[in-house]
Amino acid sequence: MAEVTLLETRGLGRSFEALKAVDGVDFKLAEGEIRAIIGPNGAGKSTFVSLLSGRIPPSEGQVIFAGQDVSKLPAHKRVRLGIAYTFQITNIYPSLTVLENVEIAAQSRLKPQLFGGAGEAEIRAAAAEAAAAVGLGDRLETVAGVLAYGHQRLLEVAMGLALKPRLLILDEPTQGLSDSEIANFIEVVRRVNREATVLVIEHNMDVVLALADRITVLERGRLLAEGTPAEITANAAVQAAYLGEPA
Amino acid sequence: MSLDTTQAPPETGRGSPARLIHNGRLFALVLATIAGLFALQFVLSDYLVLAVTRILIMAVFAMGYNMLMGYTGLLSLGHAMFFGAGLYAAGLSSYYWGTSLPVSFLIGILASLAFSFVIGLLALRTQGVSFMIVTLMFAQAAYLATLYFSRVTGGDQGLTLPTDARSFSLFGAAMDMTSDTVRFNLALAIFAAVLVAMYFVTQGPLGRLFAAVRENEPRTQMLGFDTYRVRLAAFTISGTISGLAGALYGLVFGYIGSAFAGFHYSIEALLFTLVGGPGTLLGPLLGTAVMTMLIDRLSGITTAYLMIVGVILILVNRWFPKGILGTIRERALPWLK
Repeated sequence: MAEVTLLETRGLGRSFEALKAVDGVDFKLAEGEIRAIIGPNGAGKSTFVSLLSGRIPPSEGQVIFAGQDVSKLPAHKRVRLGIAYTFQITNIYPSLTVLENVEIAAQSRLKPQLFGGAGEAEIRAAAAEAAAAVGLGDRLETVAGVLAYGHQRLLEVAMGLALKPRLLILDEPTQGLSDSEIANFIEVVRRVNREATVLVIEHNMDVVLALADRITVLERGRLLAEGTPAEITANAAVQAAYLGEPA
Repeated sequence: MSLDTTQAPPETGRGSPARLIHNGRLFALVLATIAGLFALQFVLSDYLVLAVTRILIMAVFAMGYNMLMGYTGLLSLGHAMFFGAGLYAAGLSSYYWGTSLPVSFLIGILASLAFSFVIGLLALRTQGVSFMIVTLMFAQAAYLATLYFSRVTGGDQGLTLPTDARSFSLFGAAMDMTSDTVRFNLALAIFAAVLVAMYFVTQGPLGRLFAAVRENEPRTQMLGFDTYRVRLAAFTISGTISGLAGALYGLVFGYIGSAFAGFHYSIEALLFTLVGGPGTLLGPLLGTAVMTMLIDRLSGITTAYLMIVGVILILVNRWFPKGILGTIRERALPWLK
């Protein structure tokens, strides 16, 4: 199977004052894979994916998505091209219902302009479908703010799904979830992966090893290593930098 | 999309009718309100019919304000400029060009549409407190302009529309703006049309985006929306409805003056919306009615009525920050949006 590059960065960097949070990263992501980004705290993982999604502008370098240079595009235009981003800190509409939350995302895809586009019934059906896909189908009328934390994380993913993105970026999605919720989450991500490429920042190595086709390791803003889970766990440099002293 | 489509249909089936009934209840309440208002003219005294006429027009103004403040979460302190834009565009065209009332009314609406779009382009570059101050400053500039060009506008003294601008014929029937009944029913018809239009805007996809921007703008951007455009749409609709109310006011009562573009009117729109319930469809009507009647009664008892109004507002804000209908929505009727 020929690998098609969905996303590529060339010399991508971002500085905050004197700190180079992301420093000249060359990165390639193949269509259809699940890629995990790992690295010690402060390695620049969140900054890196924020540069991909357009939440913060780069200081240098390029982001190329599906063959198009998107470095200068604002975040909302990148979303429309198919880059969906879910936040590290749960970021939903707490006073709206689950269905209303997901409807906003569904409307972005089905009715991209203020006028014209799909009707309400279609938007509602697509939103209900995305909510059901993460297992929130029986909570559509619940106000999002009163959901349990784990369900709010799933709602985030449902909103990402309703966009039907080509690339779904998950920033530490399992943080704060219980073991059973994590198991369910892994299932959800695998299902998502049938339709979309997934890029996930994750601290939980069990989740990383269960999901990732390939792993990218960042350290101090630089790309330290990249490879299959087996290669990464065997990599001496990674062990030294990230996993601690060799066992 | 193959993604669990098997699960989707039952959920959709359960979700849709429930939500349609929610909206249906609100729509039924809207229709009942309009019918109830229509019946008022048969039971109220002439004086009160006139008072309700004024309440209906000011309620349209407050509904326009509510579109921005209640539904989109943007607090403007300068909406009198849009009320004034509609009032002056309609009144001046009638006064100087002798255009018929429906044409003047249309000119008033179009002028406030253009004006609010341009002001929105500029003011929406700011947010929060800056936005309040920028809208206030634009409104003060507009108010001072009506005084500066007093040779055209009549300034403080204002202009009284000539007798031939006090009536028009509608499908052959003469509509006389000096008749209380005609004025009441005209105001009610336009109020009802705006209310129904507001229902469809706020309960549909556009209203969803307004709520999304109000509740969490950064998230809305990350879902692919250009939120500046969403806010501009809300601002323009809001300003246009406010201008429509101004045009109606000027033409129905046959008088235009710079006081209508003054700060006092910006604050009234804010107060009426706050008292009735920001982000509720019928809140502005209720707030306008309550506050207007209250001021009317109080001013008969004491000349310090504004002090009492002030105290009431502080109390409302302290204990019922969501207004009358907002509080009812929170405690009992979640569909009251």
